[in-house]
Formats: sequence, C-alpha cells, structure tokens
Amino acid sequence: MTNTVLDINNLVVSVGKKPGGPKIIDGISIQVRERETLCLVGESGSGKSVTSLTTMGLLPKGTLVPTSGSIKLVGEELLTATDRRLRQLRATQMAMIFQEPMTALNPVVPVGRQIDEVLRAHTKLDARARRKRILDMMEQVHLPQVERIFASYPHRLSGGQRQRIMIAMALVLEPKLLIADEPTTALDVTTQKQILSLIRELQRDHGTAVLFITHDMGVVAEIADRVAVMRQGRLVETGPLETVLRNPTMEYTRNLLASVPSLVPRQPREESREPVVLEANELSKVYKERAFFGKGREVVAADKVTLTLRKGRTLGIVGESGSGKSTVARCIVRLIDPTSGGVRLAGREIADISRRLLQPHRQKIQIVFQDPYRSLNPRVTVGESIAEGPINYGVAHAEAMKRARELLELVGLPADAVSRYPHQFSGGQRQRIAIARALALDPDVLVADEAVSALDVSVQAQVLELLDEIQKRLGIAILFITHDLRVAAQICDEVVVMQHGRVVEQGPAAEVLTHPKEAYTKALLDAAPGRNWDFANFRPVAEGVGATA
Amino acid sequence: MLGYLIRRVLAAVPVMGVVALFVFLLLRLTPGDPAAILAGDNATPERLERIRTSLGLNEPLIVQFITWVNKLLHGDLGTSLISNLPVMKMIGQRVEPSISIALSTIILAVIVAVPLGVIAAWKHGTWIDRFVMGLSVLGFSVPVFVVGYVLIQIFAIDLRWVPVQGFRSIFNGFGPFFERIILPTCALSFIYIALIARMTRAAMLDVLGEDYVRTARAKGINEIAVMMRHALRNAAVPVITVIGTGFALLISGVVVTESVFNIPGIGRLTVDAVLARDYPVIQAMILLTSLIYVVVNLLIDVAYTLLDPRIRY
Repeated sequence: MTNTVLDINNLVVSVGKKPGGPKIIDGISIQVRERETLCLVGESGSGKSVTSLTTMGLLPKGTLVPTSGSIKLVGEELLTATDRRLRQLRATQMAMIFQEPMTALNPVVPVGRQIDEVLRAHTKLDARARRKRILDMMEQVHLPQVERIFASYPHRLSGGQRQRIMIAMALVLEPKLLIADEPTTALDVTTQKQILSLIRELQRDHGTAVLFITHDMGVVAEIADRVAVMRQGRLVETGPLETVLRNPTMEYTRNLLASVPSLVPRQPREESREPVVLEANELSKVYKERAFFGKGREVVAADKVTLTLRKGRTLGIVGESGSGKSTVARCIVRLIDPTSGGVRLAGREIADISRRLLQPHRQKIQIVFQDPYRSLNPRVTVGESIAEGPINYGVAHAEAMKRARELLELVGLPADAVSRYPHQFSGGQRQRIAIARALALDPDVLVADEAVSALDVSVQAQVLELLDEIQKRLGIAILFITHDLRVAAQICDEVVVMQHGRVVEQGPAAEVLTHPKEAYTKALLDAAPGRNWDFANFRPVAEGVGATA
Repeated sequence: MLGYLIRRVLAAVPVMGVVALFVFLLLRLTPGDPAAILAGDNATPERLERIRTSLGLNEPLIVQFITWVNKLLHGDLGTSLISNLPVMKMIGQRVEPSISIALSTIILAVIVAVPLGVIAAWKHGTWIDRFVMGLSVLGFSVPVFVVGYVLIQIFAIDLRWVPVQGFRSIFNGFGPFFERIILPTCALSFIYIALIARMTRAAMLDVLGEDYVRTARAKGINEIAVMMRHALRNAAVPVITVIGTGFALLISGVVVTESVFNIPGIGRLTVDAVLARDYPVIQAMILLTSLIYVVVNLLIDVAYTLLDPRIRY
C-alpha cells in the first residue's frame, strides 16, 4: 500500500504578479509516493529548483508567483495555505536540504542550536529532551563525536559533515516529504557516495518520500526509483528508472543521456614521440601561516609533483577538492610561485625566474578557468578580451582584432561576436570565448582548470569535442585539471591522480582508470556515481561487456 | 581570547608612541622659537626665558622627549598657558559632559536605527522601506545646530519641559542630568540614526539573500526569529564598525552641540585652546582623541570576534 505524499498537478509559475508574464514552470504534474525517490532531472534553467521552492513556499516574494495548478501534500493544498500554516508544515511534514552545505548553515550559530531551533519552533519538548533527540538524530546521520559537533560552528566541519547536519535538521521531526535540491553536487565523489547511501538508509527507516533534484545522470542511476526529466519549465518524460535509462521515448532525454561521458576511457592514442613541452620536476608549494607570536602553521598544498606533457597530448590531473590539483596548475602557469622544484616549459626553466624575465614565456602557456561567468571582464568586449594578450606582446591592434575574429570562428562562434559583451553569451559560449582568449597567444600548452565542470552535460560534451578538435588542428598540449573521472576518461591520454598534495598514481588513462593499482584510485572510481551504467548506450556496463566479448 | 586581547593591547602601544612623538614634535618643529610662539607677540625676554626653562627647551631634543614622555606616563600633561591650571585637571573636568552626551547619543541612535534598518530591509521595496530611507536622507541633510535650536524652541521655550541649556553631573542626581542631556542627545543622534539605519538596511539586504536565511525559513521558524537570530547577527559586523567609528567621532566632534546647548565639554575646551594657541592643552587633546580612537577600534575588533566565530587572529 503506497500513499501519494506529494501531488503536483498542472503547476504554472510565472514571473511577476500580472497575468501573461513569462512562465518559468509551465504545467508540470508529478507525484511522489511514500518510500519512493523521484529524481527531477534537467539542465540549468529547466525549472527544477523553482518547482521545489514553490512546494516549500519559499519562492522569492513578488518576483515568481504560482498562477495556476495545485500542489497537495498528503492531501492538503499548499498553494492556498496561509503563511502560518506553511510554517507549521515546514520541517514537520516537508523538509528541504540544499546544494551548498558551505553556505546553507548560519556561520555564527553552533550547529546543535540550529537543529534545536526546529524542535523549539514545532514541539513543546524541554531542553533536555530536545538535546537528547538532536544527539540521537546526529548519531543516525553517522556523525562522529556528536557531543563535540553539537557545540561546533559550521566552519569547523567538513562539507560532508555539514550536509549531514542539514539532513539531521531536515529529518529530526520525521517529515513525510524530503526535498533534496542537488544535495551532493558540491561534494567530492567519495563524500557524495556516503551522503546518497545515508539518504537511502534514512528513507528506508522513516518511510520518507524523497523529491531529489539533480543534473547528474550518475546520481540518478544511484538513487532514483522514478525519474522525471524537465526542460525549460516543462516535463519532458517521466517513468521508472530502468525504463527511462533503457528506453527513453523522447529525443531530449536520449540526447541528455548520450551526452553523459562514459567512465570507460576512450580508445588510447598511440604513444607519442613528439617533443616534451612541459615538465614539472618535484614541484612543491607550501603555504605558511604566519603568527604574530609563536609558531606559524605550514600547509603542504603540493608535495614533489613530477609530470611530463608532450606536444599534442592531454594530461589529466584528477583528485578531490584539496588534493592540490589546482595548486599544481597555478604553480606551472606561475600564477603563484612554487616553493621548490622546477617547471620546464619548452626546454626553459621557469619556476624561479623573475616575473620580468618570465614575461616572454607566459605566452607559451595559457589557462582556462572553471567559472565562465567570472573569468571574463564584464565591461570589456569579447574581441578586446581576446586581443589583449597579443597586443601586450606587440601585435598591432587591427591585426589582433582580425585574429580574434578568426579565433572565434575556430571555437565555433560567429566572428561578429567580437563587439559583444560577455553577458550576451551563455555559459558554454563564454567558455568557448575563454578558450579563444587562451589560444590567441599561440601557446604550446593550454591549462584547463576544471574548464568544463560548471557546464551542463550537453554543453560539456561540445566543449570537450572542441578541445579535442583544436588539439588535432594545432597540435597543442593540454593539461586538464578535473575532479570528474568521466571527463578525464574521455579526454586524457595520461592521468595523474592526486591526494593531499601528493601524486598517488600516474600512467596512461586507459590503464589507470580501468586497472587502478592504488587503493585511493580504486576508491575514487568506485565512488563515481552511476559507474555501472553505460548511459550513452542505454544499458548497464556489464551488458555492454557481454555484448562485445 | 585573553591572549588575543593582550596581543591587541600590545599592538596599540606603538600606535600611541607614534602619536606621542608627533605631538611632541608639533611644537618643536614649528618654524621659529616655540617659546616665542607660546608667549605670544608682546612677550618680555624674561617671560620667554621662563617658558624655555619650564618646557626644558634648552636641553637636547632627545632629552626633552624622554622627559616629556616620562611626565606623560605619570599623568603630567603640563600646565595651561592661559589658565595656569594643570591640563590633566582641566580635561578631567570637561570629560564627563562629553562622554555622557556621546554615550547617550550612540545608545539612542542604536536603539532607534537598528530596528528601523531591519524593518526597512525586511519590507524592502515597500512604502515602509521608502519612508525609512526618506527619514534617513532628512537626518543626513539637516545640520545639528538647526535641529538643536528647533528642539530648544519647542521643548524648552514653548513647552517648558526641560531647561534650555547647561549640564549637570550624573553624580548630582539622575533627574537634573537627564533633563539637561535629553535635548542635545536627540539633536546629535539625528545624523547617527540616519547613518546606522542605512548601514543596517544595506547589511541586512546582503545577508537576506544568503542560503542560511533560506534554510532558516525552510525550518518553519517565524520571521522575527529569522530576522533577529539569523540575519541580524550576520549583518552585525559592518553595523558595529559604523557604531564604533561614530562613537569615536562623537567624542571629538560634539563642538557644535556643546556650543548650542552651552555644555562645558572637551569639544569647546579644544576650540578655546586652539583659538588661544594654548599648546599644552592642544597636545593633550590630540593625545586623548587618538587614545579614544585606539580604544574604540580595539573594542570593535573584540566585538567582531564575539559576533563571528570565524574571525580569528
């Protein structure tokens, strides 16, 4: 016997109070039953978060307004409920956890008290009983040393621990419905795996209905019972997990699944005999925290990292947050100065030469950053941004602009984009612009620091393809920093796996990602969500192996 | 925390040292003979010589400095050239009115302005918000003396509720103290209410967009708790900064108010000293003002660490 907990029927959410405003949500209907996890999947702008916020009654007042349809929680209409009634329902009947555990908790209140607030607002328990219940709930989400964590401030806890606190806070009153809005997106894969299994476990124990919002098909494969695919405010397709992954009926769903990069490394290219363009030799970076009195602290961000990159090849550095992969990239580009060790760029040692002497070498190595929304100057036209580098190296303005137009075409944008500003482009287009900017100096080495991590999968696939194509045409070497093993498997020839600033394992991508030798690499691969599913071929990986064997 | 306090107090010592050196050199490095400057235009040679000896101006500069600092540390700030009273005593008499007004002003301003700012931010974009912001513009643009005279006209002259002017020490009874301090406090707090309300509103608006405010609402707690417990505490740091610097400015900047309400505070003492070129008093006032700034800044920094556990030194 399963009861429908959440019943959204023909919901429409529009911009502004006036009728006729643009519809952000356009007539979606979904149901979530007791003990069931419904995954709401979609790319950015599909309206999945708006759906969840509408349910909670947390839409920003006056800007987004539900104009028709209904949302019923265990039979009770939410859209017409008073603010007071909604407040009563929150945390008791429906609760929500958010994407960013780093910012979702109040930084100036100990976490125990933040959970306590829920009990104080909704129960009549005395302080002793409340504390007991909170500690009990903290045990249930498998936090260690609950007494200590109870009194801790959020910044003392790791991202995973904070998300556990959020889950404890959401579930302490055993709500019927849990809305999880990208709860693991900001977490490392190993932590993500733990949080996903924790949600599963608590759902089993409490019979909670879970509305799980995500953009990550891997996560969907791990946690969903049923899947609802959204696009531009409309429901594209909904059905049981197996059905949607195996036999998607809609074109959009098929494309979405086909864009998910496979964990199985691409066909290895033959060994390169091209010259080495970049070498890092025992590269280390130590951050010293100076104290006014007494001894400072030392943090080793990169510890004797050695790597080589040949012309026309792609070397991936993979690792979780804090592994030092970005530090290594920034030391190599000399955005920060390495503490010790060497960097040879096209045969020239650049690790310890002065900034002035470094200047001529800078053009040989260029970097593309993660966030395309913040890495381009919003007040400068795209053309000027691209031309700025060559102009600094003495190219005439007119010529540099002409080159900028060519480069824009190379990265698949119209040449007349030169006169436009970054905000006129989508995230994927901006990343193309960032790549064009990097290529403007004809570098030998392109460093891509999480360059596709902020992009939707379909856009991600296009940018990866672009990088591949550019590499084939220009013979450029790419140093690719990523936390995403799927991406690494699809673009890298060699990979370096890093943990705590050290290189754990390195070798050909096909080798390291299929037959890892080190325990850490194994754990990373094991934690990759949806590792058993071959999305692009609409079948489990095991079946694919059976078919080709 | 204690270690931090000690470090901060120690760090304030060099600051005060530099100020002391500046104050010392102020007189010695002015072009011409300091004694002649001090004595004025029609001084007799004997008088000049007397001033030179009393200030030790015949000694080498470094000896002069050491003697001066030594006296300073013993609370001897010299003697006024005009009244011949010890400067320490003069300031001591004048400090209470100024501190009283500054404190009462800042307390009144905070009590009124912080809730106004919170409400304006909470009701952002509504008529309440616009009304509060309108008041704040008014508070900024009307000079203190105008407010002062208007208040005197209404409450002291027309209604006769309070005396027009003057000051009574709080040690001589709260009633007389209160009825004389209430008008200057109101007049002076106008601009600070405007300033603090604006700052509170801006800081609150920033914080209200934060994820943890959404989390707090998702918990189903009421809006007052969301505002006070979650938003205001996080918005407090910039607000405290404004309150602190406002207070420091108040102590040294109450001249106009003291004149309007005829209050014998340090603001007027300073003005009188400057007009009369009473250097020992001027020196003492510079030292005192710097000391107040240093202490207030110290208090602000301590308040930061109490408000935000992430701030550590």
